[in-house]
Amino acid sequence: MPAIVSGIITLLLFQLCGEVISRMFSLPLPGPVLAMVAMVIGMALSERLLALIRPVASFLLQNLSLLFVPVGVGAVARLSDLSAHALAIGVSLIGSTLLAICVGALTFEHVARLTGNVDEEEEA
Amino acid sequence: MTDPLLIWSYLESGPLLWLTATLVAYWIGDRIFRLSRGKPWFNPVLLSVIVLGTLLLATGTPYETYFEGAQFVHFMLGPATVSLALPLHANLRRVRKAALPMALALLAGSLTAVVSALGLAWLLGADFGLLASLAPKSATAPVAIGISEKLGGDPAMTAVLVLMTGMIGAIAVTPMLNALGLRDWRGRGFATGVAAHGVGTARALQVNPTAGAFAGIGMGMNAVLTGLLAPLVLQLFR
Repeated sequence: MPAIVSGIITLLLFQLCGEVISRMFSLPLPGPVLAMVAMVIGMALSERLLALIRPVASFLLQNLSLLFVPVGVGAVARLSDLSAHALAIGVSLIGSTLLAICVGALTFEHVARLTGNVDEEEEA
Repeated sequence: MTDPLLIWSYLESGPLLWLTATLVAYWIGDRIFRLSRGKPWFNPVLLSVIVLGTLLLATGTPYETYFEGAQFVHFMLGPATVSLALPLHANLRRVRKAALPMALALLAGSLTAVVSALGLAWLLGADFGLLASLAPKSATAPVAIGISEKLGGDPAMTAVLVLMTGMIGAIAVTPMLNALGLRDWRGRGFATGVAAHGVGTARALQVNPTAGAFAGIGMGMNAVLTGLLAPLVLQLFR
């Protein structure tokens, strides 16, 4: 069996288990995120799992932007709602997103600096 | 020769046409993005959405018909989220080391996103339904949709707001954080994932592998935290 197929099967099985567990215990974490955590643990334990997943996962991540296009086109179906509240939505989305990124990045950098937590693996 | 209208009605009834159109639109968007040498304004998601949206409006095609074809692309979001384990695994040691700055940046970024989004929209006269749709917009789409439903929002509207949030973040993040003089790729990526979920993470992966890995973690962590914070903050605006 081609390696790529076993990679896809493994990804889907992890996601399937994630969905079932998330629903079974009504967790706030969605199935795929749960499966991502399980996959990180699995990869740390098994070199084979890592090698199995790597080609498919790299392919998907290289084209991650594409996967958001269908939902994005949904804006067309909501044009009237969006334009009715254009000002509130526009200001709120732009303002809050920019503010949240700045606050998050500044907090990270200041806390890292205060605690002497430098990233020695990254050559600046 | 068959009447072109018959061919059109055949194409319209199956997923082939709009699946192909989605991929072609993305290919065009990605081409333009590359030709611009990665300028954030030429975001490939935004470009493809504009191309496809114009096409749907011009042909009078309802979104439901479009989505029948596009759902195959949409479906891959789940496996792609699981795939984020790959950069995470590669950076596990650095992630563990940065636990404290990550925890505080998560709290600050997530709280800022929810409070400022609701505050600004409320000031500009948004009704409660819109606020409920808006509250989870920084979380990744499947999570945000679930939260919006629970809060009494409009899930389809939330999906659109989530995407717009991601695109705004992806376009603004690089010039904005450069202007602030922030150089730590861990913090830059992490904050982007927290505020702008998967679309921001896709952008971070384009800019720097470290930023991409930390963005994936930020997205995952904020998916959980938004589920807890959004209902609490929304209470203040009832």
